[in-house]
Amino acid sequence: MGKAEDSGVEERPQWDNKVQYLLTCIGFAVGIGNVWRFPYLCQIYGGGAFLIPYLIALVFEGLPLLYLELAIGQRFRMGSIGVWNSISPLLGGVGIASMLVSLLVCMFYNTLLAWVLWYLFHSFQNPLPWSQCPLNDNLTGYNTECVKSTPANYFWYRETLNITPDIETSGSLHWWLVICLASAWCVVYVCFIKGIESMGKVVYVTAIFPYLVLTIFLIRALTLPGATVGLVYLFTPDWEILKNPQVWLDAATQIFFSLSVAFGGLIAFSSYNPERNNCEMDAILVGVINSATSLYGAIPIFSILGFKANTAYNSCVKENILALTNHFEFSDQNITAENYDHWLEYLNRTSPGEVAGVDLRLCDLQTFLDQSASGTGLAFIVFSEAVVSMPGAQIWAILFFTMLFSLGLSSMFGNLEGVLAPIKDLKLVPTWIPDGLVAAVICLIAFLMALIFTMGSGNYWVEIFNSYVGSVPLLIVAFFEIIAVIYIYGMKNFSEDIYFMTGKKPNIFWKACWMVISPLMLLVVLITYVVVQAQKHPTYPTWNPAYELFPKTELKPYPDWVFAIIILLSVIPVLPIPLVALYQLICCRMKKSSAHTDLSPSCNDGFEVETQQQTNQRA
Amino acid sequence: MLGQIFVLLCLSSAWAQQLCMPEASDGYKVRLSINTALGDQAYVWNENEMFLFRATLAFAMRSYSGGQDYNVSNIVVCAETPRVSFWFVVTAPLNSSRLIDRSDVEEAVRKSRNRINSAFLLTDRSLEFIGIPPILTAPVTPDTPQWLIVFGVVMGAVGAGIVVLLVTSVVEKKRKKNKKSGDEDIEEEPREKTEGNGFARDGVYNMSFSDDDPVTQM
Repeated sequence: MGKAEDSGVEERPQWDNKVQYLLTCIGFAVGIGNVWRFPYLCQIYGGGAFLIPYLIALVFEGLPLLYLELAIGQRFRMGSIGVWNSISPLLGGVGIASMLVSLLVCMFYNTLLAWVLWYLFHSFQNPLPWSQCPLNDNLTGYNTECVKSTPANYFWYRETLNITPDIETSGSLHWWLVICLASAWCVVYVCFIKGIESMGKVVYVTAIFPYLVLTIFLIRALTLPGATVGLVYLFTPDWEILKNPQVWLDAATQIFFSLSVAFGGLIAFSSYNPERNNCEMDAILVGVINSATSLYGAIPIFSILGFKANTAYNSCVKENILALTNHFEFSDQNITAENYDHWLEYLNRTSPGEVAGVDLRLCDLQTFLDQSASGTGLAFIVFSEAVVSMPGAQIWAILFFTMLFSLGLSSMFGNLEGVLAPIKDLKLVPTWIPDGLVAAVICLIAFLMALIFTMGSGNYWVEIFNSYVGSVPLLIVAFFEIIAVIYIYGMKNFSEDIYFMTGKKPNIFWKACWMVISPLMLLVVLITYVVVQAQKHPTYPTWNPAYELFPKTELKPYPDWVFAIIILLSVIPVLPIPLVALYQLICCRMKKSSAHTDLSPSCNDGFEVETQQQTNQRA
Repeated sequence: MLGQIFVLLCLSSAWAQQLCMPEASDGYKVRLSINTALGDQAYVWNENEMFLFRATLAFAMRSYSGGQDYNVSNIVVCAETPRVSFWFVVTAPLNSSRLIDRSDVEEAVRKSRNRINSAFLLTDRSLEFIGIPPILTAPVTPDTPQWLIVFGVVMGAVGAGIVVLLVTSVVEKKRKKNKKSGDEDIEEEPREKTEGNGFARDGVYNMSFSDDDPVTQM
């Protein structure tokens, strides 16, 4: 590990080489959301047409913000709080806000990893536990909840989460989830023991492994029957959708959250760079690779979803064939999947009454394709169901969940770094306490706080954190970041810093984006997002076996105390911004009104009096 | 005499046929899906196969009832369809006008279900007795859930990693300390110089401590 050249004062750790730095940034940006959020958005927003707002948002909003953060971190060589304090003490709150958001996101993000670990541990079983229903208590049939929904749904909601019917019933701590959460935190801690020295080595694996797995999945998925159906469905552009403003909003928010800006993690990572480093190239590289990964990941995901829809359609048709064959007592295998339509038509003509009497399911491939999901629903229910039908199911399940785990782990590094770097820079802990211990304490605190998510109602809380913590506060922080750098620090100063670091001044495109386009876009996105969220009646889907339309999820409104918590979660991270500004103003004013002392340590009164006398003499 | 016996036989078979009819209270419907189950190696369902069925069912009744003399003639079959489905009833060995109870037949079939299935190279799903649910095989649950084993392996590796890293960092620190205290006496003087000249951002560089001019010039 390279310590800074001067051994006396600065002991800031450094990256071993540029590749480590780039891989860490890419790993932070490329997270689970690239795999389970982007394909869903692509699908519901008209396939190929969604790429247009997505790419526009990337170029005009994502890349400028990314470049800004990387440049700032590299220039000031401190974590998020230190950077904003250096620009102006009034802005310290922005850094604290980043830190708080990073801490809250750490908590729930690692719970997702705990769930991935749970599924990973179970992928070694043959047959896969989510492929069949367990028997009920008196061994006469299958468990009713499982039969009404599907085995995958049952495994996720009952055996993994043991979910309660609503958020108010908390249930108890589930020991199996607690130990999975503990192991997730232990893995994160092991990578952080020596700071970026250990993390930088792990990141070679965690950043590259997902691409390997995605490629393997791509090759396998394209050979599955029904893959082309899924791909066509995904990418068929529906140009009409571009007229819907919701699409543009979702594209902008997706790019923003996908690049993981405003967490403070990117600033911390680039602060470990040597001073002269081409951060413009880095920013473009990270941004483009992030979007490319989203696209690249969408292809196997949707091939496999197409395969799943195809399998479901085939089994639906087979069921109908069996029902018809049994009813009409035809010879077995007379009606096959190929001549099914022909037979149905014939039977409808000859004996329509009887056909109506047979309980035929409506088998439509489109309906099966439309059964998409995003987030945990995609990974743990839909995808795991699809994997069961693939030959060699265990291997695919193991590969998939290991990929999800390493995607999430590399993002966790950035989140945790966004918490640890400011603590170190603010010198909140005495220097004799080693960094590893600070990391351990933070991991322990986050683990204990995350135990809420291992209770029966845990999944509902994760959804709340996911929707409200990682959204509005980040947008506000990013907006303040860009205003702070461009208007408070000054575009001129910033351009000179960039000239010093990269050897060339930022061109007109970057200047235009930073000064006008990006802040404007951020403001518009922020306001529209808040307005849209406020208009939506806050309800949440619950898994309630007693619901009459079960297995459909029942929509329940949030109770008042939960709503209050939601407001708190959105507001508290942002509160430091005005509070610190006010505090600094009051403090500064008080200091200014007292003695006129210079803050330089080597200055004494004699020096200052002399200067004044000299100026008086000259005058 | 011969004629009377003939008439009696006809009557008895007709009577037997009357006993067996679709939706008979003591009968069961059987459905075979030979083509679906065996594909290319499917056999054709004919009189011989039916005879085999009746014989296996008679065997099942024999094993269940503890040796009572059930014969092929006691298994009456009717309503055969090209699906290959038919109804059957079982008559008592001694009194061919009495039908064996539904529940007894069900128990007998359940007990020898495996033998019946294997006689036809079929399974519970391809040889269905409508009304007699197949025996559900509970999934095998080993004593230690398998996932705990994998968890133990992973946690063991992680724990070992933590311990190794902590120990190596402590050992390195101790080595550095020893090296430092050893070299301190030798390196004291030049170190002071470098510290003075070093890049200090926190303080202000004070010219009077500079070593540039050891001899002050007049």
